[in-house]
Amino acid sequence: MTNLLPLFVAIPLAGGFLAPLIGYGSDERRAGAARMLALLVGALLLAGSIAFMGAAARVCWIGDWIGTSSRPVGLSLVCDGLTELLLITVNSIAFIALIYSWSYIERFTGRSLYYCLFLIMLAGLNGVVLAGDLFNIFVFMEVAVIASYALVAFGVERPELEASFKYIVLGSVSSLFVLLGIAVLYNLTGQLNMALIADRLVAVGATPAVWLAAGCFIMGFGLKAAMVPFHAWLPDAHPSAPAPISAMLSGVVIKAVGVYAVCRLMFNVFGMTTPGGAMYANVLITLGVLSMIIGVLLALGQWDFKRLLAYSSISQVGYVFLGVGVGAAVLAGGGPAPVAGLAIFGGLFHLVNHAAFKSLLFLCSGATEYGTGTRDMHNLGGLKHTMPVTAGCCRVAALSIAGVPPFNGFWSKLIIIIAVAQAGYWSLAALAALVSFLTLTTFLKVQRHVIDGDPPAYERQPREAPGAMQLAMVCLTVACVLLGILLPLHQGWLIKPAQRALVSGPGYATAFGPPGMTAQIAQATPRVEEAGP
Amino acid sequence: MTIGALPYVLALVLMLIGLYVIVAKKNIIKIILGIAILEYAVNLFLLLLGYRNGGAAPIRSPEQTDNVVFAAGAVDPVPQALVLTSIVIGVGCLALMVALAIRLHEKFGTFDMTRIRELKG
Repeated sequence: MTNLLPLFVAIPLAGGFLAPLIGYGSDERRAGAARMLALLVGALLLAGSIAFMGAAARVCWIGDWIGTSSRPVGLSLVCDGLTELLLITVNSIAFIALIYSWSYIERFTGRSLYYCLFLIMLAGLNGVVLAGDLFNIFVFMEVAVIASYALVAFGVERPELEASFKYIVLGSVSSLFVLLGIAVLYNLTGQLNMALIADRLVAVGATPAVWLAAGCFIMGFGLKAAMVPFHAWLPDAHPSAPAPISAMLSGVVIKAVGVYAVCRLMFNVFGMTTPGGAMYANVLITLGVLSMIIGVLLALGQWDFKRLLAYSSISQVGYVFLGVGVGAAVLAGGGPAPVAGLAIFGGLFHLVNHAAFKSLLFLCSGATEYGTGTRDMHNLGGLKHTMPVTAGCCRVAALSIAGVPPFNGFWSKLIIIIAVAQAGYWSLAALAALVSFLTLTTFLKVQRHVIDGDPPAYERQPREAPGAMQLAMVCLTVACVLLGILLPLHQGWLIKPAQRALVSGPGYATAFGPPGMTAQIAQATPRVEEAGP
Repeated sequence: MTIGALPYVLALVLMLIGLYVIVAKKNIIKIILGIAILEYAVNLFLLLLGYRNGGAAPIRSPEQTDNVVFAAGAVDPVPQALVLTSIVIGVGCLALMVALAIRLHEKFGTFDMTRIRELKG
């Protein structure tokens, strides 16, 4: 089954290029066929990612090009617990966004091109989480983000174009920093395979060059994850995209190309959990806490529904970084492993939960805009009477993100706060609780001005979203409830393997290197190809 | 002949020029050029890493049979392959940026970023 791993990239890529060919022209039937194809691809990928859950970790060497243990010639795709978690998150949100797009995208022109870009973005995201090779992460990341630049501008009106241009400028700069980091690491280790880089870095030790590479990666991927000093593009880009794309961008794109990449590199390559890694962990904690506070404060003052959601994404991603950062700091400091495990567990659980409820909120905002024609919260209200399904789903999502029991957001925030407190960071735990309270305030505002309250004088009577959009929203609502209530049941299947993958840290090197490689052998092999003048 | 640190300094200078242009310039076209300069600087840096004084092109001719001798005399081909990929990605990105610039000019009638401000907050 390992040989099926490349299909996660190949199927959406093929579907992406077939969609505009099938849907070419203005024929409605052909457009419908392209839409069907996209949905089919989404369903296949979701089924695939579920089938891959829980099996043992695997490596797939493309074309069986393996080479020797010191010098692999081939490219590898690696599927460990963390990858499985991301694969299932990405593909389920994508499938739901595709269902939602079925009706939502009707009012746009060039619908088959939309599906083309969507599927190519999906191929890139799957590639990023599967790649076992640093440069492949870069290439797949570019595939995903270039498609997302185009999707942000899909409406081709003034705000969309402006947002897309800002996004593309900052995105390109961040990608180049990632490339610079890859170049520095390649020069230090002579490898691009992450397992081998991790192995060689142990011998290189902590030198300024390693810090430079780590800094480039934190800045590059941090910009993609919209951590706070690098967040300026997100509140423009995410609301400007069509609603299902906003759901993808906030729900999974910032996580796959941002959070996942940072975690994978810092934990498994730079050895953040080893004694020398405390510095990296502190950087992540600092950036995470800053994102948490600044994001929620900015969200509080917003009146544009989607913009508020975008700012709150920055804040929620901060929680994820706080969780995994504290876990790494505890491990690096030789603290109790159960506390570290709990913090990392909380961070990863919050990542999944945020994907569920933030995507749902964006889908609800899209349905609201679809039904009323506006997303300015001054001009909204009373939707529980006119759009009961949307309002109900929106309420569940708002309660989830605000951390109200028994919904999923409550449990992940609780776990993070408990773990952070147990690790001895009392002030950070208090801050996390405070931010949670501010989030509650923000989303009470959403409930007060969108769902409840007196309906203002709408230009036209709000109408409930079409069936496909309702179905997508209800699916995510159910997910929000079940992820919280069924935590004891699904944790061993969904989150524990990912947590173990992060906790194992540099163990990644021996688990996923070329066959026959052991850490000692690889370290004893001198570098033959000394490059440079 | 040794080339010393000079090309690395050049790459760094190019990188700084690119960043300066992106940060300081208001004209969309100049910002796009800044990104192109930054990208070339990173590509140049990557290429320099694989350089070796007097190294042969990493193409093995039929009469060379000893892999070790060949590997000791040739420049490192991996960065060249990476740069090739990165150039292709860069061109795609650049084309999209130029397309956006054209659309922005259609809608706003200007290339001046300070006058293209509808989003705030």
